[in-house]
Amino acid sequence: MCTDIKYTLDSDILEYINECLTKEHPESYLIAVLHRIQEKYGFLSEIHMDEVAHLLGVPTANVYGVSTFYHFFRLKPRGKFAISICLGTACFVKGADSILAEFKKELGIDLGDTTIDGLFSIESSRCIGVCALAPVVTINDEVFSRVKPTQVGDILNLMKGKRSAEKIAENS
Amino acid sequence: MKYINAIIDGIEVSVPEGMTIMQAGDSIGAHIPRLCYHPKLSTEGACRICVVEVEGWYKYLPACSTLLQEGMVIRTNTPELRQMRRDLVELLLDNHPRGCLTCIKDGNCELQNLSYKLGVRERLFAGKRKRYPIEKSSVAVIRDAEKCILCRQCVRVCSEIQGVHNLSQMFRGFNTVVTPAFLANMDDSVCIKCGQCINVCPTAAFIEQDSTEDVWQALSDPNKFVVVQTAPAVRVAIGEGWKMPIGTPCTGKMVTALRRLGFKAVFDTNFTADLTIVEEAYEFIERYKNNEKLPIITSCSPGWIKFLEHFYPELIPNASTCKSPMQMMSVLLKTYYAELKGIDPKDIYVVAVMPCVAKKFEAKRPEHYSENNYPWTDAVLTTRELIWMIKAYGIDFLNLPDEDFDQPLGYATGAGDIFGTTGGVMEATLRTAYEKLTGKSSDNLDYFDVRMAPGLKEASVMINGFVLNIAVANGLNNAKTILEKVKSGEKQYHIIEIMACPGGCVAGGGQPLVHPEDYVYPLDEEMIKLRQKALYSIDKDKIHRKAHDNPFIKKLYSDFLEYPGSPIAHKLLHTTYTPRIPRGIK
Repeated sequence: MCTDIKYTLDSDILEYINECLTKEHPESYLIAVLHRIQEKYGFLSEIHMDEVAHLLGVPTANVYGVSTFYHFFRLKPRGKFAISICLGTACFVKGADSILAEFKKELGIDLGDTTIDGLFSIESSRCIGVCALAPVVTINDEVFSRVKPTQVGDILNLMKGKRSAEKIAENS
Repeated sequence: MKYINAIIDGIEVSVPEGMTIMQAGDSIGAHIPRLCYHPKLSTEGACRICVVEVEGWYKYLPACSTLLQEGMVIRTNTPELRQMRRDLVELLLDNHPRGCLTCIKDGNCELQNLSYKLGVRERLFAGKRKRYPIEKSSVAVIRDAEKCILCRQCVRVCSEIQGVHNLSQMFRGFNTVVTPAFLANMDDSVCIKCGQCINVCPTAAFIEQDSTEDVWQALSDPNKFVVVQTAPAVRVAIGEGWKMPIGTPCTGKMVTALRRLGFKAVFDTNFTADLTIVEEAYEFIERYKNNEKLPIITSCSPGWIKFLEHFYPELIPNASTCKSPMQMMSVLLKTYYAELKGIDPKDIYVVAVMPCVAKKFEAKRPEHYSENNYPWTDAVLTTRELIWMIKAYGIDFLNLPDEDFDQPLGYATGAGDIFGTTGGVMEATLRTAYEKLTGKSSDNLDYFDVRMAPGLKEASVMINGFVLNIAVANGLNNAKTILEKVKSGEKQYHIIEIMACPGGCVAGGGQPLVHPEDYVYPLDEEMIKLRQKALYSIDKDKIHRKAHDNPFIKKLYSDFLEYPGSPIAHKLLHTTYTPRIPRGIK
């Protein structure tokens, strides 16, 4: 372990890594550690991945290999409004793919990406269990049901309005 | 030892327990086609080309990763197997650029060779093909991911032999790509530029940055005085470019060829290897007397030096401050030689022919630029590049007469000659250090203890009643073993020689590629030994075998450098190292 590096990871994660280091094959806890980081920070930053590599003694290239192999890991921060489009069977047959295409077109970003202003990110989800409402889009904790591609613009405007209202509230 | 009996293609085999089907097949001359397998690396089983039929098994088994078991009846050649292997290669080709004619590995490509051998004569599949830009930002190693077939030999050599772990497979499925961490450029990663990925890559997914165009241009520039220097390991490998037996010394022919290419003068890097020894022995004796900064670690291998800066910055003070022989030569050419000849150093263009890819990186280090901001070394060619240039020029290398290097920087003792092999720098240092420490002349010049180490060798040498603990490591994973002992204080060494590549420079990342049909594989121990023996044979034939006996070195000191470790020697021949980011994982 490199002692001369100043770590930016949160103390409870450092503690967990230290706990892993006392066990047999500490490197096998890599995925568990990455999960905790994503839980805490919402995504895996390069700095954090590098720190994990040094702490666990796993080459940084391998940490990045693992992070990019598993779909669950995010390498970019989520947007303030995390748009999640259900691509489960029911939603898909009800046209979720065209809704996804519309979001991508409106925001100019790809699946898994975040807009430059950090406001929106698009991700997909598997069935969230409300097939009767298909196709379903969730934005943070809010659920939008029976979404049509033509409504995508309105939904985004709604979110932008919320952000403006928040800003006014912050400034007053 | 327990023996396993089985039948391969109707032939009974009896081999020691623990052998794979592939190894057993090799032992009876049944060469099962393969692509991702490398005998010096761990077994990957990625390509599936080596599948065989085993009686009683419901599926085909990969020969490289299946242990031979008692009573197995194996068929390596059935119509179905041949078809399957062909299909696999066709699928690889489908996802591979069609630029064989203009590919640098044309003729040496294992994929191309396999496709020929298996009878792939047309490309039947036409699917989506991966597209990546060539990552050519590096001064030394270029990555061309479109040509990658995901055999992972580069990943394995980088981690298992070199301990660098710079490469890994990123993403998954069709999008899988081999890159450094965070998809970084090679120069922004912990890559040490050793070039072993180039040596083991079956295709041309890794190649060196091409310098031939710069050299051609310089050679045709009437205002430039273009000179060249050649490293020790080049002369014992260059003949392989014309199918000469491995380990044929071709010093004379190489010098003639270089003159015919238009170089105004041809110098021997071995001469400055001698100079390095004199400076380094002096440096060691100073440290030894003052008992400081021990062990001294050799600094000739630029791959090792970059490794030191990424992985062991805390040991930087231990590294010898001596520049590498290449840099010493270049500096002397633009100072001492320029003065001697009355040429403006700005007009001198120094080309270095090296068995090494990392030398391209070394030449571009800011430390190796003069105060007037020109590089000491203008261009570095690998042995491969020089072979190509000689062929391109239409020189009949095999029938060239032998010529000698130019003086006064062209005569080397046997000590300089053996710099190209693991243990060589150590042996050369000991030959000089013995005399400097004891004040007595020695006839014992052969330090067999340190010769041709298989990766790691430790020894103790008695000099004047003192015991010198020495260690020689090649392949940086072996270096790690020694360096960890230094750090923990487990053992007190005096001198450590480290060369990045397995076997030393003779098996450097810039040496001639082995042809897939020659049944020699990259990093083949036998091949390395033959090249090493050629260097020792050159050493044995020399009148002078101790660096400090070199009459031209003596003259250089009396005319120009004053004495070893003098202020001017320090200014011109020594350098500094800096810790590098990103830090490597030990």
